[in-house]
Amino acid sequence: MSKIKKITKMQLFLPIFSMLLVMLVNVIYDLASGNAPFGFFSISTQVTSSGNTILYGRLIDILNRGSEVAILAIGMTLVVSASAGTDISVGSVMSLSGGMCCMLLAGYGVTNVSEYACPLWVGIGAGILVAVVCGLFNGFLVAYLNIQPMVATLILWSAGRAIGLLLCNSAIVYVRVPSFQVFGSYVGFLPTPILIAAVCVTIMALLLKFTALGTFVQSVGINKKAARISGFNSSKIILMCYAICGLCAGIAGITATSRIYSADTNNIGLNMELDAILAVALGGNSLGGGKFNLAGSIIGAYTIQAITTTLYALGVSSAQAPVFKAIVVILIVVIQAEPVRAYFKKMSAKKAAAKEV
Amino acid sequence: MKKLKINSNSILLLITVILFVVMYIAGCIVYKDKGFTHLQTFLNILINNAGLICITAGMTCVMLTGGIDISVGSVVAMDCMFLAVGIEEWGLKSPLLMFLVLVIGIIFGIVQGYCIAYLEIQPFIVTMAGMFFARGMTAVICTDQVSIVSDELFVKLSNMKLKIPFGIGAYENKKGILQVPYVRITVVVALLVVLLIFLMLKYTKFGRSIYAIGGNSQSATLMGLDVRMTKMKTYVLASFLASIGGICYCLNTMCGTTTQAAGLEMDAISSAVIGGTLLTGGVGNVGGSLVGVLINGTISTLVKSHGKLVSSWANIVTAILLCFFIVLQAILAKIKERKKA
Repeated sequence: MSKIKKITKMQLFLPIFSMLLVMLVNVIYDLASGNAPFGFFSISTQVTSSGNTILYGRLIDILNRGSEVAILAIGMTLVVSASAGTDISVGSVMSLSGGMCCMLLAGYGVTNVSEYACPLWVGIGAGILVAVVCGLFNGFLVAYLNIQPMVATLILWSAGRAIGLLLCNSAIVYVRVPSFQVFGSYVGFLPTPILIAAVCVTIMALLLKFTALGTFVQSVGINKKAARISGFNSSKIILMCYAICGLCAGIAGITATSRIYSADTNNIGLNMELDAILAVALGGNSLGGGKFNLAGSIIGAYTIQAITTTLYALGVSSAQAPVFKAIVVILIVVIQAEPVRAYFKKMSAKKAAAKEV
Repeated sequence: MKKLKINSNSILLLITVILFVVMYIAGCIVYKDKGFTHLQTFLNILINNAGLICITAGMTCVMLTGGIDISVGSVVAMDCMFLAVGIEEWGLKSPLLMFLVLVIGIIFGIVQGYCIAYLEIQPFIVTMAGMFFARGMTAVICTDQVSIVSDELFVKLSNMKLKIPFGIGAYENKKGILQVPYVRITVVVALLVVLLIFLMLKYTKFGRSIYAIGGNSQSATLMGLDVRMTKMKTYVLASFLASIGGICYCLNTMCGTTTQAAGLEMDAISSAVIGGTLLTGGVGNVGGSLVGVLINGTISTLVKSHGKLVSSWANIVTAILLCFFIVLQAILAKIKERKKA
């Protein structure tokens, strides 16, 4: 009994548990429909039309498609932890950075190119730079003007996509150059987005491990004033968190743009901010700030993608999928809710008392 | 004589009203030949935003308690789809469907309010789930676009023109036919909602409790207010008003689609913020929110009147305004703090 309790009290219990649950549903579905029982986990190789050998399988697909949310979740975790609020502008910033990148690569007003108008690194650099600037803007409002994070980021939520549309002259800009498409397709046999996400996660994990960044962020999130009195520059740390969040949004935006080798400003990153926030909540992190767990957020991000992929596999249309997502979210947060936990504690205490009598 | 008190909160409202008047007069001067000076242009802003006005009234109440409700846009989409499919495919009469929509709104609000008030889950997360749920349900009801044509009463209500009496603002158009300005029934509903909410916030116990909780929920508890019940009631009210807004919206668009009213919740929030409501709760006024919606509507009308600007300019201008007001609020709050210290 105590062992079970120890496991359920671990911070990573919830995200891992939900991940396993999703996998179980897949296995049961495969059994019921007469497919190979563990078809969900099978990874095979396939030869594409262009002659490359690539990895193929549902797990790979989930890892691939979940990359953007995973990258966003890194930044969102820091923002949530440091400022006890969410950055709802990341989806729009993704779209803006994609739009900026494609606009530079194709030239303003051109909608279809097969040659770069300027070097690739300039386009990608500018796309990421504009996202970082957006993050700094959000961070300035939150850290130095003490504006609630949601309200502060509401500005760019509305303006980011609109500016992206203006940059692209309200059209979809196609960049049909193989070296641009590489970020959203394959490197060798492995999908590039997986690699990009892995690199981002690794860098962040190393930063947290070998620098005091994590401690700084957490102490600011737990008590901003106390952290300042202890000698941390709270405002600077919050500003930095938002800048990192913007950087992540930029990287995710470039990846998403490269996937479809075009800047579809209206649709890139649409509702992605909600998925990212959900990933943080699923990862067992409190949205009230303070302690955080990066691994939980990343697992949470892939769990969301696993749920989506599973729903598609079960034949649910993409427009209807949000219903199930909503039910999952509500179940998870209700289980985590303080009053519900207290109720269960009381019930088990009563049971124990009854046993003793 | 009672001294007219001007505190930072009424300054915000004053700035909002002045901004609206200036913006409108500027529009009148610049786009004089495009009919901006006619009363009808102003009434069209009201007609186009009737649903949003109802929703913003509810949003203001929620924001006054210090919470937020981002499910309203999806609730509007669900209502529209429900009405459209109910009329066209299930063959039900519109009064029954409108009643059902309101009931669904109340149930939706009770579930959300219970989770927020009694289970102490963050409003943002709960209403985000509500948003997913309502948007998904829209697709579960039907995935196609359904136009409402067959219900006589509904079509009649949608086309009803309530003409402004005494010939106020009447003008002759280019063909020399006398045009009498009109409003739709939805505008009457929306203004009635604003008036009722205004009176409720000002004179009822429930309304005063909302302000008390938003100001400081701990001292509200110590005062003996039932904080949880009041919070829950507020969310029920917001969802109910969102449903009324949904019916108004549907009367305007006369169809149901899955992507309808996307981002409407953010329009409502930005209108309320521009109207002087603080997201931290306790400060705000539903009248200000009405002006906020009108400012939003004026911006998009101005952009449309120009003719050559892309519609995304409307978003950008709204965002700049939002930024201006938010920063102003923050600066005023800082001054207040300094005075205290």
